[in-house]
This record gives sequence, structure tokens and C-alpha cells, in this order.
Amino acid sequence: MKVGRQSWKFNNDVYIQETATAVGPMEAQGPLGQYFDKKYDNSYCGKKTWEQAESQLIRDAVEGVFSKTNLKEKDISVVFAGDLINQIVPTHYTFRDFNIPFFGVYGACSTSMESLLLSAVFVDSDQAKIAMAATSSHNMTAERQYRNPTEYGGPKPDCAQYTVTGAGVALVSHTASKIKIESATAGIIVDAGQNNPNDMGPAMAPAAAQTIKQHFEDLQIDENYYDLIVTGDLAKGGSPILIDILKGDGYNIKDIHDDCGKLIYGNDQPVFSGGSGCGCCAVVTYGFIKELLKTKKVKKVLIVATGALLNPIILQQKETIPCIAHAVALSVVE
Amino acid sequence: MKTKKYDKVIQKHEVKPKYGLNMLISFVFGGFVCLFGQFLIEIYVHWFGLVRDTASTLSIVSVILITSILTGFGVYDTFGQKAKAGAFIPISGFANSLTSAALEGKNEGIVLGIATNLFKLAGAVIVFSIVSAYVFGIIRYFLVEFNLVPQLEHVVYLMVNMVGLY
Repeated sequence: MKVGRQSWKFNNDVYIQETATAVGPMEAQGPLGQYFDKKYDNSYCGKKTWEQAESQLIRDAVEGVFSKTNLKEKDISVVFAGDLINQIVPTHYTFRDFNIPFFGVYGACSTSMESLLLSAVFVDSDQAKIAMAATSSHNMTAERQYRNPTEYGGPKPDCAQYTVTGAGVALVSHTASKIKIESATAGIIVDAGQNNPNDMGPAMAPAAAQTIKQHFEDLQIDENYYDLIVTGDLAKGGSPILIDILKGDGYNIKDIHDDCGKLIYGNDQPVFSGGSGCGCCAVVTYGFIKELLKTKKVKKVLIVATGALLNPIILQQKETIPCIAHAVALSVVE
Repeated sequence: MKTKKYDKVIQKHEVKPKYGLNMLISFVFGGFVCLFGQFLIEIYVHWFGLVRDTASTLSIVSVILITSILTGFGVYDTFGQKAKAGAFIPISGFANSLTSAALEGKNEGIVLGIATNLFKLAGAVIVFSIVSAYVFGIIRYFLVEFNLVPQLEHVVYLMVNMVGLY
């Protein structure tokens, strides 16, 4: 049911039936390593090119949910999937092998929650029986597309972020499970005039703040409703900005806020400001947060995936970075 | 929505790069790369009996070779992150930009992948070195061929004297 300006409330029992994740070596060695299903010790994932490696990660995650639930591709009504690469090719080439009605989605790093939101809307309105949300990113494919060749030795500033190598898949359906999708808020594009592609946390924080504020207003709740508010990839640079902006709007989320980009890597890993990429929010949510909810360590979580909608060419033309954030609220079924 | 209202909050949390420290690190590491080059020259001169000019060229070629191999092994980008500008200002940085671009294109074929992308990063360096070579070549031509240099010296000499008079 549409509520307020940007949100939906799912009253017809929409659940996350199952999730699966696949990650690369850096993420497997990180503090959340134990929560991921499939782990690779090489960025190539047994493939010849990085694009194929990213496809392999999505394939592993999709096959992961199939083997966990004993479902087959014909049981899935629709899939919403996307990644960071031009024309979302890694995703397209994965789903070439699965005969499932397919929608490609692109929301930069917000793709994880964008696809989950769409799946939930489809299931809630009975347009789909089981919907699949799939998201992936790969450090090397992103690096070569958005920045420099991967082996280039030019130093990066401390405010840069490290794109997560990983893929996460969630199945959304009416089948009762421990995790319920309560509500969701679609973001609007917010451009705060930032133009540094090596410092995306500060660019994305205003978009996250707008979505969170609108979510509270639409659902007529406040920050006390949630045990945890997790942003996608604001990392160390963007998180304090988000907290400050929301403080100005009258919401104090300092104690309940965390960020996937900060959670996924340890302090000893060379990742600058933290993780980024649409795989970041996907694997942390479908691996770690899912486990937190299942074990009832937290009961109500708001996941806000943030995306910077840029490409290198438009920035060279002196444009600023437009950003977006999509939020999905998950809760434990008592 | 395009907005400027978050500028103050964003600026408040802006992390400024440590320019001074970065410069010092670059100076030290860049110096070590040059020291290594000089060390090679001395080896080529004293142990292999080469002329200093030939030894110098050979030293540059050696540094390029070593950098390219290190880039291939995936070591040079780690070094670059630590050494900052000390890694990309010396000729080793130029070699790394070529090798990394070539490696990046290897899956797209020899012509469209490697050959097309080879100068992706180094192209700008080459363009500006050729342009500046032209500019300085023309300046040198006028100075030397038209015998402007002694005259210029004379002008400067006169000016200095005039300043001295006042």
C-alpha cells in the first residue's frame, strides 16, 4: 500500500524467504567472512576475465538460494537484478543461463535495495509469487570502468573507497520466514554539488538523509522505531555527515547507525575510507544483517542503500554527482 | 533535486589530504628510485666498462623493465600507494602506466585491447612532452640561431647596471 510521498507499506505478509551470498578474497578475510556462503580466494573466481568472474559470483548466489530452498528457476515469477558495469552485462550474462522473466535495474550502489523494493512491491500486490532480487559488484571491473587500470600505481586519497567483490541474492515471497519486509521508501535524486569521484560518501549522505527523513514522515514514525539503521556505502567519510544532517532535522540516529562499507572490512585492510559498490550493501544485508535478525539480536532494521549516479565522462564535462538512496525496512517475525 | 543546503555540513567533515607529509614521502621514495638508477649506472660503468652515456640509457631501460615486471606481478600498485608521487614521477611511473594499460586490455585482443589502450594513461604525457619540445625548440632556435643570447645578456647587464645606478 502506498503511504505518504515516497513509501510503501506491505500489509500482505511479504517475507525474505531465503538469501545467498558469494564474495571475493578481501571480503572473505574481513570481519564478516563467516556470514558469507561462497568464498573465493582469487578475484578471478576461476574465470578468465573479471567480467566473467562477476557473472560467476551472481551465478553462485542464485544457485545458492536454489539449493537452500529446493526451488527451481521455473518457480521464480520475476527477477530484478543489476550491477555497476556498463549495460549491466555481468548480470545479463548470468541470467542468460536462467529462464526467468527478467528486469535489469540500475541504481549504482543502491541497486541492492532498489531490486529488493521492487520485488517486495510485486509480491505484495500479488503480481509475483516468488520474486528474486540479485545484485553484484566486482572490485576490478568497477576499477577499470570508473577509474584507472587495476595495476596502475597512482596513489588514491584516504577518502577513496574500495569496491566490494561480491554478489547477493534474496528471494521474496509470501512463504513465512523469520524476516518480514515491513515497508520501503524509494529515493529521489539528490545532487549536493559534490564533484570528487574519489570522495563519494559526502556526495551520497544528503540523499540518504532525504530518504530516511521521508521514510519517517511517510510512515509517521521516528528513529526510536528501529534498533538499527544501516546505510549502504557511506563509509567513514559520509557517515558523520548523514548523522549531522539528520540531527539538524531533529532525528538522532548516532547510536543506532552503522554502515555496510565500515562493517565489511577490518581496520587492518587497505580499503581507505571503507567498502563501496552495490555488492557491499547486498552481501552485508543478505549475509550479516539477515543473521542478526534471525538470531533476534536486532528486531527492526532500516537498510538504506546509497548510490552515486555518475560516470567518468560526465564528470570530465564538469558535472556534479547526483545521488540516490532507497530504503527497505526489515523486521523479525515474533 | 539540486541543492546547496548541505554545503556547510559536508565542508565541516571534509578530510584534507596531508600535503606536507605526502610531499616528504614522495621525495624520499622518489629519491630512492633515482638512487637505484644511479647505482645501476655506476655498476654498468665500473663493472661492465660502458661509457657513462650508454650506461645512463641502459639504467633507464633497466628501471623500465623492472617496473614492468613488478607491475605484472601486481606489486607496483601497492608500492605506488605507499610511495605516492615518488612512484609515478620517475620513469618507473611511466613504465607502470604503459604496462598496466596493456595488462588491462589483454582480454580484449592484441589490436583492440592492448594496442588501442596502451597509451590510455601515457598518451597525455607524450602529447605534452612533444608540444613542450616544440615550444622550447622554437625558443631555443630564436635565442641561438639569431644570436639573441649574447644580446639578451647585454640587455640584462644594462638593466642590472641601471638598477644599480638608482
